[in-house]
Amino acid sequence: MNKIFEVPLYPYTRHADQDAATPARHTVAVIGAGPVGLAAAIDLAQQGVEVVVLDENDKVSFGSRAICFAKRTLEIADRLGLGAPMVDKGVQWNIGKVFFDERKVYDFNLLPEDGHKRPAFINLQQYYVEDYLVRRAREIEAEGAPIQLRGGNKVAGITDQGDHVRLSIDTVDGPYTITADYVIACDGAASPVRSLMGLDFVGRVFEDNFLIADVIMEADFPTERWFWFDPPFNKGQSALLHKQPDGVWRIDLQLGWDIDKEQEKKPERVIPRLKAMLGDDVEFSLEWVSIYTFQCRRMERFRHNRVIFAGDSAHQVSPFGARGANSGLQDTDNLAWKLKLVLEGLAPEALLDSYDAERIYGADENILNSSRSTDFITPKSEISRIFRDAVLDLSEHHAFARPLVNSGRLSMPCTYDGSPLNTPDALPGGPARTRPGSPCPDVALGNGFLLDALGGRFTLLTINADAPDSLTEGGIDVARLALTGKDDATGALAARYLGDAAAAVYLIRPDQHVAARFPGYDEPAIRAALRRATGQEMQ
Amino acid sequence: MMSTDLKLTPNMDRPDDIYANLLAAHEGLSKDESDALNARLILILMNHIGERRVLAQALNAARAPADR
Repeated sequence: MNKIFEVPLYPYTRHADQDAATPARHTVAVIGAGPVGLAAAIDLAQQGVEVVVLDENDKVSFGSRAICFAKRTLEIADRLGLGAPMVDKGVQWNIGKVFFDERKVYDFNLLPEDGHKRPAFINLQQYYVEDYLVRRAREIEAEGAPIQLRGGNKVAGITDQGDHVRLSIDTVDGPYTITADYVIACDGAASPVRSLMGLDFVGRVFEDNFLIADVIMEADFPTERWFWFDPPFNKGQSALLHKQPDGVWRIDLQLGWDIDKEQEKKPERVIPRLKAMLGDDVEFSLEWVSIYTFQCRRMERFRHNRVIFAGDSAHQVSPFGARGANSGLQDTDNLAWKLKLVLEGLAPEALLDSYDAERIYGADENILNSSRSTDFITPKSEISRIFRDAVLDLSEHHAFARPLVNSGRLSMPCTYDGSPLNTPDALPGGPARTRPGSPCPDVALGNGFLLDALGGRFTLLTINADAPDSLTEGGIDVARLALTGKDDATGALAARYLGDAAAAVYLIRPDQHVAARFPGYDEPAIRAALRRATGQEMQ
Repeated sequence: MMSTDLKLTPNMDRPDDIYANLLAAHEGLSKDESDALNARLILILMNHIGERRVLAQALNAARAPADR
């Protein structure tokens, strides 16, 4: 068995930095080569920001781990250059079924909206995503992008020097030191960097254990998400079945709190549980088994001067809703352009505080959703179980109860309402979904898609409106994307961006969130909106 | 009083009959079955009312009947 997670992808090699008389200076050091760290590094390096990635390991993560990647993540991946391999390999699904005891109580269809390049969700093992990210990093490195991956480099010490950060790194060849203008800590829920800096990580502990098993089988289960409440094969608990590529199925079984984790992980305990679920006649083999507990918590602040936390190191949620890796990639998507502008001296450091404001808002939304799902899936009192079961009973017969069934509210991108970077909405009749702070919804345009056309820079999107082809404010260039009704064969552009308005001008940020919108081109207003969106008007 | 406020004045048509219907629905049920029926009934009525504001007022009234 030559599994992808057994091959060193970025093995340790000695670097000249280790023999330097004085510590080598880097622009950005990313700690952790998981999906979030690699995405941050690629995003920065693609924009010309020098970055070194440090990880104590040299392989992709073991086991499938994060498996559900949402549309927004795929859109970000498109901009990073790995959307296509992810979607080509991933399993697309739209149908979810919910079972209670022995019966199906209802099913749902994600009913993807037309005019989006990417599907609502794909299932794909995290190790594939990491593999594609490493390949992409190598590819842009070969093209000359300033990115380095250093495996076998364990950060053992971190010191904020005010205007830079000093990192002590352990290797098999002994320790060495580097300095960096900024550090992005993407070293996971157990973040050693967070511990080294003595920072808090507070929230709610959920007293429950889940057995997670990746099973390889030839089964004729459909490509659907199946969720069971209180099934006969796992009485009083929940279960989940979800398909991944390569004939691998994710099975998640709630075990309860008072269990012996080491015993429950043994194949002689796991296999009978799976047989009870799948039936005696299904042939399967175990690829990966793990038992997890979880917490919903976050750091009080994600930015600590020049050390910035992203992904699980900054916030942790339950797995219900696929809000872990998906929100981590939204973190880096939010951070990379801001850091670039600050490093280039085109925006004040205060812009980085908006990363805190916006992503803490996002983390709180994810924690709220994930805590509510968890409270539904694992009721914490007798009365909450009575209501939960009542909802499930009613959902079989009455439509009104179905929206209350909560087997995980699936990850959606966050709308940054109230962000200090937003300019108040100035488009009368504009759709709520594209108000300032919103992630831009995709639209099919002729042979392409809106989000691809927006790319990763400030854009002035004009719809049925005149404007100059470009604009420069404080050294920041804004390119115009001019669209009219002729580009909108399906009417989706008008529905998503005009609403009741006849014309609109949108200022769109590099992370494809709306900064401001107006009924026409108003140069002073747009310049002011750009200054605001780049933190020049934050206190 | 706006129509969207919770009604706490008499509003039931033939209250004795309605109360008897409630008790009759529970007749012969075990404690668990009665608890489940009550939960289903609350959810059905909550959906019928629908308005979050009115439901919040109802929860407050139920939580502290003396304060209302």
